[in-house]
Parts: sequence; C-alpha cells; structure tokens
Amino acid sequence: MIYFDNVSKIYNNNSFALEEVNFSVEPQEFISIVGHSGAGKTTLLKMLLAEDKPTQGSVFFESADIHSLPKSKLARFRKRVGTIFQDFKLLPQKTAYENVAFAMEVAGRTDKEIESDVPHALNLVDLEDKMWHFPHELSGGEKQRVAIARAIVNQPDLIIADEPTGNLDPINTYDVVQILKKINDLGTTVLLTTHNKGVIDSLGRRVITIDQGRIVRDDQHGRYVL
Amino acid sequence: MFWTNTKRILKSGFISFFRNGFVSLAAILVMSITLFAVGSLLFSGALLEDSLNELRNKVDINVYFVTTAEESDVLAMKATLEGLPEVQIVEYTSKDEALARFQEKHKDDQLTLQALEELDENPLRASLSIRAKETSQYEGIARFLEGESALSVDNEPIIDNVNYFQNKEAIDNLTGIIDNSERSNLMKTILLVIVSVLITFNTITLAIYNSREEIRVMKLVGAGNWYVQGPFVVTGGMYGVVSATAALLLFYPVTQWFGPMFYPFSFLSSTQDINLLAYYSSNFSEIFFTTFAVGITLGIISSYLAVKRYINV
Repeated sequence: MIYFDNVSKIYNNNSFALEEVNFSVEPQEFISIVGHSGAGKTTLLKMLLAEDKPTQGSVFFESADIHSLPKSKLARFRKRVGTIFQDFKLLPQKTAYENVAFAMEVAGRTDKEIESDVPHALNLVDLEDKMWHFPHELSGGEKQRVAIARAIVNQPDLIIADEPTGNLDPINTYDVVQILKKINDLGTTVLLTTHNKGVIDSLGRRVITIDQGRIVRDDQHGRYVL
Repeated sequence: MFWTNTKRILKSGFISFFRNGFVSLAAILVMSITLFAVGSLLFSGALLEDSLNELRNKVDINVYFVTTAEESDVLAMKATLEGLPEVQIVEYTSKDEALARFQEKHKDDQLTLQALEELDENPLRASLSIRAKETSQYEGIARFLEGESALSVDNEPIIDNVNYFQNKEAIDNLTGIIDNSERSNLMKTILLVIVSVLITFNTITLAIYNSREEIRVMKLVGAGNWYVQGPFVVTGGMYGVVSATAALLLFYPVTQWFGPMFYPFSFLSSTQDINLLAYYSSNFSEIFFTTFAVGITLGIISSYLAVKRYINV
C-alpha cells in the first residue's frame, strides 16, 4: 500500500533528516514508528503527506509516486488519508461538528450525508454532547478526539497519527490508543509515530525504530527499544 | 456539486466574518478610511474641475470693430470664427446693443449721457466676444484675427483692436494656474490611491497571516485551493461592502459640515451654492458605485493574494 523507496531528506546545512529509508506498509497494518525527538519521525510523515519533498528517492501510495502527483490528484490522495496531529490542528473558528463536517465537505459529500455521519463520528469518540463547542472550549483529550473523528469520518484507507498522545494525560492517552486500535480492527491502516513506551508496549504490533534519520529496527511484534 | 460548494464557501465566508469579529472590525476600520480617502479624491477632483471651468469661463477675448464696419462683414467674421475648432462660443454685440449697455451702465451719470447725446452718431463699436475651449488656445485665435485684419472697407481694416494683447500676461498666468492645478491634482490622486491600496492590502494580509495554520490544515485535510481561498475571498468582499457603506454614511455629515468651506475660488464664482453636499447628492449613484466597486475589488483581490502565499502546502 505504501512504499518508501530509498528516501533521503537533507536540509540546507547538509544535515540528514532522513537517510536512505526503505520500508513498505501492507493494507490493514498497524505500524508504530518510534524514535527520539529529532530522529526523523515527523519528517517521514511529511514525506508521506507530500508536505515536503524528499531530496532523494520516492514515496509510493499504491502505485502512484506521491510527489509527482498534480495538485488535483494530490488533494484526492489526501482525502483518502485521515491525519491526526500532536497539536490537534483543529480549525479554531469552527465548532467540533463543523471541523468534522469540513473533512466531509472537501471530500464532496452531500449535506444529507454530513448531517447523518458527523454526529455518528462524534459519537464514536464519545463527544456527541459537545459537538457545538469550539476548540477553545474543549480539553486536550476532547480536542484530540474531535481530530480523530475528523480523520475517520470519510472512512479513509490510511490514518496517520503524528504523536497523537504527546499532549495528553495517561487516561486520555489510553482512550486515544483504544480508538486507534478499534479503527484498525475495522480495516483501516494506521501509521502511528510516538515516543510513548507504554503505548508501544501495550499495542504489540509492528514497530519501526528510527535513529538519526535511519531505520535501525523493524520488528513485526515490537516493543519500545531505543 | 458546484452549487453546493459555492453555497458552502459563501456560508463559511459569511460565518467567518462574524466569528472573527475583532479582526473584521480592524480591517473594516482601515478600509473605511481608505475608501473615505478615495471618495474625497472624487470630491476634490470634481470641485477643482468645476472651479477651473468657472475660471476658464471668466476668460475671453474681445474683438472691436471700427465704427464704419458693415454689420454683414462682422457677422461673416463671426461665422468664420465659429468654424474654428478652438472656438467654443462667439457672442456678437452690435453698435446699438453696445450703446444700450453703455446707457444702462451710466444711467446715473447724467454728464456722460449728455455728452453722448451731443454726438451726431453712435460712437461705440460693434464687438465679438470669443471664448475658446482651452485658455491656451487664445493666442492662436488672436493670431488668426491679426491675419483677418487685412479685411477692409475702403482700404481700412475693419478690426480696430483685439484685447488679447493687453490681457496676454493675465491669460498666460491663468493658463499656467489651471495646468498646474490639474497636474498636481492628478499626481496627488495617483499617490493617494497607491498608498490606500497598499494599506488595505497589508491590513488584510495581516488578518490572513493569523489564519495561515488554518489554511495549512485545510489543505492537509484535502481541500482544493479554491475551497480554501473561497471563504477568505468572500470575507474580503464583505469587508469591502461594510467599509463602503461606512464611508458613504460618513460622507454625508462631513460634506454637510465642510461643504461651503471647501469650494475653491469661491470669490470668483457666481455659483457659490455648489458645494460638497450638493455635489454628493447629485452624484450619489456614481459615488455609490465607485466606492462599492473599489471596496469590494480591494477586499477580494487582497484576500486572494494574501491566502495564495500560504496555500502551497
């Protein structure tokens, strides 16, 4: 489904953010990418979302090189990916309902579908009663759950979660991980980056370890080892 | 889907206008001042033009004919002058009309009137009063008349004198004043328009700078460029509408208050009742259209360009 082919990213001062990264992801996998801060986890996800271009190598989604896609096809690709960020990245002037609805609007869904699916998605993350709240009226855990609802509402093929528990307390962390597991069990591929040992160890799924931009381990049933 | 998206973009822009109340208010304040300045340019330009026209109308040259000149010759010359492209209007004053005006003017001066009656014949001369389209054209007309002096009755030229040559300096000065006024007004207009556009653009750019992260998120969620830009453009257009309305409302008391004081060269004018308020009322539709068009265009283009900076994610 996803294939990183010899991807390197070098920034201006000749430092490698990623160096000759090769790995593939199969459909319905749950992969965790771990590493210290600055190891290159977020750069790797930026390559996958085509937020940044690799200096060398290619990233394929199915058979398409993501960085060669024209703008219209790039937008279409992004609609097939749900993204969850450490800092939530909700639209501050929109309510929880509108944030989730926005993802459906850009996917070209009808008003009727939006009206029926958004409450359902918010119900899945247990936020039905706060759907008309603005992000600044929600706690960190609640914001992240809105972000998850936004990511899953279009039933994407892939969920990318970039340190989604980084700003959360243990209880909210547990909740978010459980939701991600549930999403994966329903058939969606999940790519998670984290440096939370407890999360990785509780998952018992494939773990890729990155250090100084290089993949140093790739274990099918990994634990957090650095 | 096109109409659904258009409806969503309009709605989103409209809601964002109200939810970002403080940012909207700041943008509207700056734009209102900008539009007020642009509108003031319209007023000052129109009043200056009006005043300059008034000045132009004060300038004419008179051709006096010898007392023996035949009326038919004078009328023939009037027709020739009217055929000149530089000439706007030619007024003929016959000897009799000149006499009547003289008598009217000196009706309280019995001595002069008695002296006039002593004379056997009307001593006053027929004349043509010529007004050119531009003050700079008087010299050309005067030279043409010099050439026409050759026209004669019994070998005597029928033109006695042309008062241009006595008034040349004053006419040249006036031409200079009019030209300089028009040129400086044009330069002031261009300068103020450039400054206004830059101020508005910067204000909206700053307002959208606050939303750069939001724009990035919209793109990452999969929104196309137009779907991201659209609501900002709608909001920019709304800034324009509200600012134009505010500027138009502000014009009313300001023109009423300052109206008569702003009429330039009023000491020369016979139309002192023309003031800013009268101009505003009589040209309201034109001012309304211009202010709204400038406001909406500025808002839309500034928003479009400002969002474009952050949209390439």
